[in-house]
Amino acid sequence: MIVEVTDLRREFVVRRRAGRLRRTRDVVAAVDGVTFGIAPGECVGYIGANGAGKSTTIKMLTGILVPTSGTVRVCGLEPVRDRTTLARRIGVVFGQRSQLWWDLPLRDSFRLLGAIHRLPTSAWEPRLAECVQLLEMEPFLDTPVRQLSLGQRMRGEVTAALLHSPELLVLDEPTIGLDLLSKERLRAFLVRERAERGTTVLLTTHDLPDIERLCDRILVVDHGRVAFDGDLPGLVARVGAERVLVVDLAEPGPPLIDVPGTTLRAVEADGLRQHLAFRKEDTTAAAVVAAVSARVELRDLAVHEPAIEDVVRRLYLE
Amino acid sequence: MADATTAQAYNALVRSRVAAQASYRASFAIELGSQVLLVLIEFVEVYVVFHQVDALGGFDFAEVAVMYGLSAVGFGLADMVVGHVDRLPFYVRTGTFDAFLLRPLSALGQLVTSDFSLRRLGRIGSGVVVLVIALAGADVDWTPARALLVVVTPLAGGVIFGAVFVATCTIGFHVVEGMEFANAFTYGGNYLSSFPFNIFGTFIRRFFTFVVPAAFVAYLPTLALLGRSDPAGLPGWLSWSAVPAALIAAAAAGWIWRLGLRHYVGAGS
Repeated sequence: MIVEVTDLRREFVVRRRAGRLRRTRDVVAAVDGVTFGIAPGECVGYIGANGAGKSTTIKMLTGILVPTSGTVRVCGLEPVRDRTTLARRIGVVFGQRSQLWWDLPLRDSFRLLGAIHRLPTSAWEPRLAECVQLLEMEPFLDTPVRQLSLGQRMRGEVTAALLHSPELLVLDEPTIGLDLLSKERLRAFLVRERAERGTTVLLTTHDLPDIERLCDRILVVDHGRVAFDGDLPGLVARVGAERVLVVDLAEPGPPLIDVPGTTLRAVEADGLRQHLAFRKEDTTAAAVVAAVSARVELRDLAVHEPAIEDVVRRLYLE
Repeated sequence: MADATTAQAYNALVRSRVAAQASYRASFAIELGSQVLLVLIEFVEVYVVFHQVDALGGFDFAEVAVMYGLSAVGFGLADMVVGHVDRLPFYVRTGTFDAFLLRPLSALGQLVTSDFSLRRLGRIGSGVVVLVIALAGADVDWTPARALLVVVTPLAGGVIFGAVFVATCTIGFHVVEGMEFANAFTYGGNYLSSFPFNIFGTFIRRFFTFVVPAAFVAYLPTLALLGRSDPAGLPGWLSWSAVPAALIAAAAAGWIWRLGLRHYVGAGS
């Protein structure tokens, strides 16, 4: 196991004003008895709503935060005690916090990180060249980081985390705020990274396509506890995650109650807009569209993917 | 961990900071000039005092100017190398400090090398000028030991102020808005250290000798240079003890830093 977490718990003290002078002191468990292991080469999606304890867990895995109780082992090390040794063996990307030097050209950040990791130029330069080519970073390699777009900066962050060829890559919200093309480019890069090097990946995300493309396993956390541990089809089967096709008709029509593989969820404006829910296993969006347009004239349509928050909420409604 | 590659890593970090400053030439020149001006204005304050009186605590103008010069150079060195550690609360708030913890280097080392304020050379330069002129005017009976003392004292003063900077910045680990409190020790200590300590009250004198060792920066070494004993009664060997005082201060600052870091890692943000 490259990551071993046993009965992990982390409490925070929350002080609140109660009245003019009195303050109350509440102990809140952000992570409340989490146990899991990650085998080398796995890609695990760590998902849950905001405040479910994802970032707190990641901070404990990377040595930024001490657990209140329980044990953490990453690469056989104790993260807080062996912080600097561990830092040379893992790569971490926090979507919201930069590892790069905002006032230096991107290229200089990589040179500095190479020095910080005590790597000879011969060790990190080929790696950088590979990332630059795959992530198409050449055009902005000499641009100061503060002038990069979010998508460009995120490609830089991922490269920065991989420069020292870590065994474990931890990504906290790597695709947050990125446009579709940037997200897809990053996913394709990570898929290749795993295939070529067998890097173990742990990522948190709110983006279901991230999980579909990248993860062989999902850990759902809720209220500081593991609510589900398994693969995506298993999760979808358990909670019945549905995609929804919203169709706008050219003129008001009858409710589309008998389209194969779908359930009519809602009808708006006398049938001008209708919501059809379906499961990935039963049919495809294309088949549903074909079946609908055979009956009525379509003006517009949209497909809504199940949101992770939805999936997690359903898991808890069970 | 203090091997050659670690030194190279810090060297690369500091050089990148210097390069980043060099890319803003105009603002660098202005800041450098303002640092020179700052020292001159501070020094005018000492001059104005002596326009009214002939001696301060039994020391004449040239002797107090020696204290001022030693203090200015020592503080300038500390300010250049570690003064920016007072940005710790900002780094904690923005998450930059977490990025430090994700790299295989000491967090304090990264904080110290997160900047290298070359503009402080202005303060150091004008401090050296004041010191040299004042030494020429003061009645110093030069011996090899005293010559060595003049060279070593600003370095020890730099270490002492550096220790005060590091120790007080750790307040940023405990409370969000604490830097004004910290400034009382760093800038306050610098202000006090350029005056003869016997003019202060007992509490201030003891606090800034034995808790924050500002007296070792200029006042006590100046006594040794002049061959005088402390009018307030401190033993004579203390006048030669700037270096041990600096080492003790540095060790204490390191301990306070580790305490703060442990609190940060323990409490989270």
